[in-house]
Amino acid sequence: MLDTNHLLEVKNLKTYFPVRSGIFLTAQAQCKAVDDISFSLQAGETLGLVGESGCGKSTLGKTIARLIKPNNGSIHFQNTDITTLGRKKLKPLRKDIQMIFQDPADSLNSRHSISNILEEPFIIHGIGNAKHRKKRVCELMKKVGLQANAIDRFPFEFSGGQRQRIGIARAIALNPKLIICDEPVSALDVSVQSQVLNLLMDLQKEMQLSYLFIAHDLAVVKHISDRIAIMYLGKIVEMGEADDIYQRPRHPYTRALISAIPTPDPRKKSKRQILVGDVPSPINPPSGCPFHTRCPHVQDICRTKLPLLRNTAETDQKKHTVACHFDL
Amino acid sequence: MISSLDNSSQQLTSETILLEVKNLVTAFDTDAGQVTAVDDVSFSIQQGQTLGIVGESGCGKSVTALSIMRLLPQPMGHLLGGKILFKGQDLATFPIEEMRKIRGGQIGMIFQEPMTALNPVHRIGKQLSEVFLLHQDITNEEAFTKAIELLDKVGIPSPQIRIKEYPHQLSGGMRQRVVIAMAIACKPALLIADEPTTALDVTIQAQILELLKELQQEMGMSTILITHDLGVIAETCDEVVVMYAGRVAERGSVYDIFENPKHPYTQGLLASIPRLEDERKTCMQTIEGMVPGLLDLPSGCRFQNRCPLREDKCAERQPPEEQIGPDHYVSCFRHSET
Repeated sequence: MLDTNHLLEVKNLKTYFPVRSGIFLTAQAQCKAVDDISFSLQAGETLGLVGESGCGKSTLGKTIARLIKPNNGSIHFQNTDITTLGRKKLKPLRKDIQMIFQDPADSLNSRHSISNILEEPFIIHGIGNAKHRKKRVCELMKKVGLQANAIDRFPFEFSGGQRQRIGIARAIALNPKLIICDEPVSALDVSVQSQVLNLLMDLQKEMQLSYLFIAHDLAVVKHISDRIAIMYLGKIVEMGEADDIYQRPRHPYTRALISAIPTPDPRKKSKRQILVGDVPSPINPPSGCPFHTRCPHVQDICRTKLPLLRNTAETDQKKHTVACHFDL
Repeated sequence: MISSLDNSSQQLTSETILLEVKNLVTAFDTDAGQVTAVDDVSFSIQQGQTLGIVGESGCGKSVTALSIMRLLPQPMGHLLGGKILFKGQDLATFPIEEMRKIRGGQIGMIFQEPMTALNPVHRIGKQLSEVFLLHQDITNEEAFTKAIELLDKVGIPSPQIRIKEYPHQLSGGMRQRVVIAMAIACKPALLIADEPTTALDVTIQAQILELLKELQQEMGMSTILITHDLGVIAETCDEVVVMYAGRVAERGSVYDIFENPKHPYTQGLLASIPRLEDERKTCMQTIEGMVPGLLDLPSGCRFQNRCPLREDKCAERQPPEEQIGPDHYVSCFRHSET
């Protein structure tokens, strides 16, 4: 049964990439970038997705935007199954799901003026005439805090923070319902980062947007999200309300992540819990629990049996799930 | 070694100062004219201590480090003025051959991106033993044995096997450990680390910072840590230099900077970091506007266009650096009102 309140419902989603080698480039193995992920997102809600490089968080975002075709599982958007829709049927849907990318220098065409870049979504979807489009572009510029008279300039004439504002303007041009933000502030300096985060929060209130906010910085994610999902090696290991995850982290990986964040307070030079080793390769993930190679609480069962996401012991209205064999 | 807590009360004497940078000016030739990337920067670092240089992109923190190492890109980089006193000698006037002995010998350097700092076509062992062969009079075999010991010291498991591998066979964290090993090979008195953990994940960053701390305590070296992350600064540094658009805005002990910041830029920077204990979804504090380009710097204070305390005086001339504590300096006309 699908809950009609959900804007987005992802079930058992799997995205694998073949690893090719040899002279005939035959698939030798599979890289399980997204491995059996389920979650849902309400209208107007922000779900933060946190994990280290290579954990599959960007692949998950791109799969949901259907830039990548999943191998298995389902994606329902507004109760429509979009898992296997073709190009033509996806087109009207693209208005509703937009993306903001990490590096605004790479995601804006350097040979197009800002007005060309912002006009393009309207042209692709055949909305309005030239005059109307121009008016909308000026409105968008104002909405993201840029001057409307700058529309004839080119991306290189703007700073990193301003370019990211242009990226945001393009994403909100067609009044989408869901925006997938893939590390939108990671490339920005702190003083500009907070400006962009404020803009994203203001737009969300104004336009009732839902965000899937992908980042590796837990402090940023916690600030902007209602719920947080922690990913490790293609799987969600813990998911719950943002405050709950921060105050009562249940998975040893979440705890290590929180304790690894350097706090901007010189008197809190606390003893950090430092994880040993590196993240294993998603091509050849460990048996059992994917985290067992670095877990400080590892037991025999962890090496053989994969823990599934389950509700934590004190289950209440607030849903908090964790994939660990033990109640730590 | 001087403990980190009582350094503020300690008088700065010439014996304990390892490096003193005085009125450093560095400029680059560009198509649009000469730009001054580092303008009148002064600071000093004592033996065994960690000095953090923090600031946003383009503030001149990396150029300061390259100036100290005399590694400015040629021919467009120029050291226009100032002194770099290392153990009493002025590195700014050193001949290039003498400087080569200092680099990797007395002063080690760690770069941000461990992939580009290592040569991809040479095995780890060759790159590591090269450091010993250049600076010490030893045989190839001895250098190789020392390289294995060094890998073990920086926490690389099974160093005998790893030493025969190429950089691409190692993970990002491992590569950074190798780069650290190269930098500390000759037991330098000063280690300059330019964004050593920026390219790494948080859990790996924690490992590398811990390793640097251990090595520093063991070898008694001083460290200059360049980063944009105030969290990393707070956890590792004794002294902090805050840079803005090529100049020092404020410098002092880590407690001065984090608990009693006097420059409006330092205050704004500290207020705009998201903290885990903050209320969710509230409007975050920001510094309005953006950093001015180095080609069109305003006359007077460089922070004036973003400063909440700006007055007419700020546009007329540069605020001088004033001492307001034992070793707390600030460049702002209105620091007493902040």
